[in-house]
Amino acid sequence: MKSTPYLLSLPALLLFGAIVVIPLVMTVLLSFHDWGQYKGIEPVFILKNWHEVFTDSYFLEMFGRTFRIAFFVTLFAALLGAPEAYILNRMKSPWRGLFLLVILGPLLISVVARTLGWALLFGGNSGLINKALTSMGLISAPLPFMFTETGVIVALTHVLMPYMVLAVWAALQRLDPQVENAAVALGAGPFTVLRRIVLPQVMPGILSGAIIVFALAASAFATPAIIGGRRLKVASTLAYDEFLNTLNWPLGAAVAVLLLVALVAIVVGASRLVERRYAQVFG
Amino acid sequence: MSKNGPIALVYHTLFVTFMLAPILVVCFVAFTPEGYLSFPTDRWSLRWFYAIGRYPEFISAFWRSLWLGALSSAIAVAFSVPAALAIGRHRFRGRDAMTALFMSPLMIPHVVLGIAFLRFFTELGLGGTFVGLVLAHIVIVLPFALRLTLASAVGLDRSIEHAAISLGASDGTVLRRITLPLVLPGLVSGWALAFINSFDEVTMTVFIAAPGTETLPVRMFLYIQDNIDPLVTSVSAVVIAVTVAALIVLDRAYGLERLLVGRSVDGR
Repeated sequence: MKSTPYLLSLPALLLFGAIVVIPLVMTVLLSFHDWGQYKGIEPVFILKNWHEVFTDSYFLEMFGRTFRIAFFVTLFAALLGAPEAYILNRMKSPWRGLFLLVILGPLLISVVARTLGWALLFGGNSGLINKALTSMGLISAPLPFMFTETGVIVALTHVLMPYMVLAVWAALQRLDPQVENAAVALGAGPFTVLRRIVLPQVMPGILSGAIIVFALAASAFATPAIIGGRRLKVASTLAYDEFLNTLNWPLGAAVAVLLLVALVAIVVGASRLVERRYAQVFG
Repeated sequence: MSKNGPIALVYHTLFVTFMLAPILVVCFVAFTPEGYLSFPTDRWSLRWFYAIGRYPEFISAFWRSLWLGALSSAIAVAFSVPAALAIGRHRFRGRDAMTALFMSPLMIPHVVLGIAFLRFFTELGLGGTFVGLVLAHIVIVLPFALRLTLASAVGLDRSIEHAAISLGASDGTVLRRITLPLVLPGLVSGWALAFINSFDEVTMTVFIAAPGTETLPVRMFLYIQDNIDPLVTSVSAVVIAVTVAALIVLDRAYGLERLLVGRSVDGR
């Protein structure tokens, strides 16, 4: 029957229409409403919030910080995670499965608990990391990690690392080991094999991992809220403040909608580029 | 397969240390006896685990999270099964768009979803209620449930169903006796993955939970915002222990890699 698939998916479609599409449309509309300290939300159509978001340098700085953090988190996750996925892939059977579990497992552990761990490791001037770095003679004075961008970047890189390892790992599984062997047989050194054979083939994996990590880093909430504190605001913590402290919902909605639109544009654009670039290789 | 050199193994050790350090430090601090954060230490005690008992809001938040995860995951699976059968076994117009819609909660930042639900539920009079939490969690865990039920619906051998039909089974019997038992493993692991994601969710829930309906991660988050003390580390240690236990069971039963990547470590 032609209508069967529609009938089967009807319940889920109705559910998503009612509690995903409608609330999102309402949020977009909310960002055009007016708000005052005493009058509350006024359902009119004005551009006040959008004008404020685009012209006030405070928002520019905050969005700049959000995407700067996301960029460095993505960079470090790729630089550190891709080699680890490669090493993991060369391990023998029991170790391979075990360490894959150890590295991917944290993905499912509460992000609040993992961030708490970083807060303990950073812990002001007497934190464990600073003690370790000082005793190794790497630094003379303790580095500030809490309430700094550096701290947020380190903790977020840890939180999102499994996604990168996962993406590169998946790409490595598609690799034909015979190609590596052929290169070695033809006289290529291990470094040449890595650079000319392995890297070009796992690049799509690294890039798709980078897209996921970037999107999640730019919209992360709990980690920047705990490590960054109340002053180091990113888009999601600012939206939280507007909604639950200042109560200026329309302005908070404008920040959130802008974050969503920017992310969708970046993710869709980057995915298109990756697909076009590698269409010849994997078409 | 060539072996890893010494440099690779040193790198691997440092990497694993990086991944485990924050998790282990939480567990260590949870066992310290002092009334303040003290680490490293050489004395151990269960004092802060007993202390959890004196904070009923953590206990009630724990049970609420458990129920919320179980209930919303079960409902999400119930919605996913027919949708997975439609997407996995039929070619129809709008199929890709529909799949994208069902997977969209993975792409939309949870802050945006939290804001959208807060506004929507407040208008409906569901603001800060458990019903609101369940509805919101169904949406955010549905992609996980759908992905695994879809994988088992696609891998289904249609000839078994055809055999049952040719032996005279009715449509209802085929569904109940053949199709559902065959997709059951995907259904169970989909539920488990959905449960873990619901149990850990904080970003979206922090917007829609009221003081009486806080989940455990929200309670922990709000507590840490005020101060970090050994009590919250012992609560975190319990959460980590629960998750690790679930993880090991899931890995043994289904394979963590198959769960996350869609393939198993050694072959299919």
